[in-house]
Amino acid sequence: MGNEVKRVETPLTEEVIKTLRIGDEVLLSGIIYTARDMAHAQLQEMINNGDELPFNASGSVIYYVGPSPAPVGRVIGSAGPTTSYRMDPFVPAMFEAGMRGMIGKGPRSSKVKDLIVKKCGVYFGATGGAAALLSESIVEAEVIAFEKFGPEALRKLKVNNMPLIVINDCYGGDLYLEGIDKYSEEI
Amino acid sequence: MRQIDLQKITRVVKELSIEANTIANCDLRDALEKSVSKEVSPVGKAVLGQLLKNQDIAEASKLPICQDTGFTVVYLEIGMDVSFTGGTVKDAVDQGVREGYTEGFLRKSIIKNPLTSPVNTEDNTPAILHIDLVPGDKVQITLMPKGGGSENMSRIKMMKPSDGVPGVRNFILETVKFAGANPCPPIIVGVGVGGTFDYAAYMAKKSLLRKIGERNSDPEIALMETNWLSDVNKLGIGPAGLGGKVTALDLFIDVFPRHIATFPVAVNIQCNAARVKTRIV
Repeated sequence: MGNEVKRVETPLTEEVIKTLRIGDEVLLSGIIYTARDMAHAQLQEMINNGDELPFNASGSVIYYVGPSPAPVGRVIGSAGPTTSYRMDPFVPAMFEAGMRGMIGKGPRSSKVKDLIVKKCGVYFGATGGAAALLSESIVEAEVIAFEKFGPEALRKLKVNNMPLIVINDCYGGDLYLEGIDKYSEEI
Repeated sequence: MRQIDLQKITRVVKELSIEANTIANCDLRDALEKSVSKEVSPVGKAVLGQLLKNQDIAEASKLPICQDTGFTVVYLEIGMDVSFTGGTVKDAVDQGVREGYTEGFLRKSIIKNPLTSPVNTEDNTPAILHIDLVPGDKVQITLMPKGGGSENMSRIKMMKPSDGVPGVRNFILETVKFAGANPCPPIIVGVGVGGTFDYAAYMAKKSLLRKIGERNSDPEIALMETNWLSDVNKLGIGPAGLGGKVTALDLFIDVFPRHIATFPVAVNIQCNAARVKTRIV
């Protein structure tokens, strides 16, 4: 897309996050975890109670997605991002638990953007609506918690070269604001 | 009277559920293809390319274009010379949704009762069903799976009559600007003006059944559609909200008479995976 393509592997380290800038095209590989509204509410409760999480959150990347069911012969159905602002209230607890990266679509609250800087995190955008294309980069999928939530269950995914773009970097940059500044015209 | 077995309606609803979610319509595909040359942002162009490629993968692999396979909105235009056998129309439509969403591996996204029973119905029922009676002995079935992300960015306002046409324009622009990257641009903007609170929203959604490029039959309103689409595309939001000139592919306005005291305006936003299929039985 815009800047150079960067290959990034999970779990994320501070060192790698510091190399990422808004507008960078990233191909992400490794293990990531899926969670959306209901899974986040459960995770936050567990974090607040001091319970052990169902995955190793240290350096983890959370993908905001509720995939469609896997047809025969595929590991997962379509799997594009859901809108991220709904998960904003849970971000402080998730950072506390060790999360470093988030994948979704749409702008974050100023509180979340501040935390991305303070905690040295990163927010990646995946293209909303490109769900079948994104599913091609998912090579393994397994429900690891909250199975009763169906599409909202917590899944462990193995991804290979998942196409993403850096929306919010650890330097306070915001690609959405920059884009509008650059391309808006007088009406 | 022409007798129609409701099993036939169930079968068509099932097939349309799967087709709508996996095969993009030509008008959408054409509009996305044309928008590539209109987009000046390189990132925006790349996103449009991803969306076109996504449609190819979805159709070839029979995967949903988007994982959010929506709330299933069904419009039935029933000819007055039709009589149904074998149950109720509502049950037949819900059964079609149930079968389509299960057999088509489509996501089930409906929560049973928002206040008292927050559990998934597990078959994407019930559908939102709109029925119109029309002359004739045919049944036209139109199905629109409507995603949650774009629905969340839709708004309604009970304006003052003195707000007038500039008020409608401002509300549309405000709504699209506020929505930003959230509803998966490039979007389609559906606008309903007039009627009652609920009817304005009904019109806004129903306008999204039009093919991209299809203008309101009233030339004055058609001009507002093209002018305001051009205004929306100056907001700079662009494909995926990453900045650019292609924020919306079209803008549809439907109107209805209004009460002397009211001026409702509803804006229903459609995402880049605009899914609508129609069949006549």
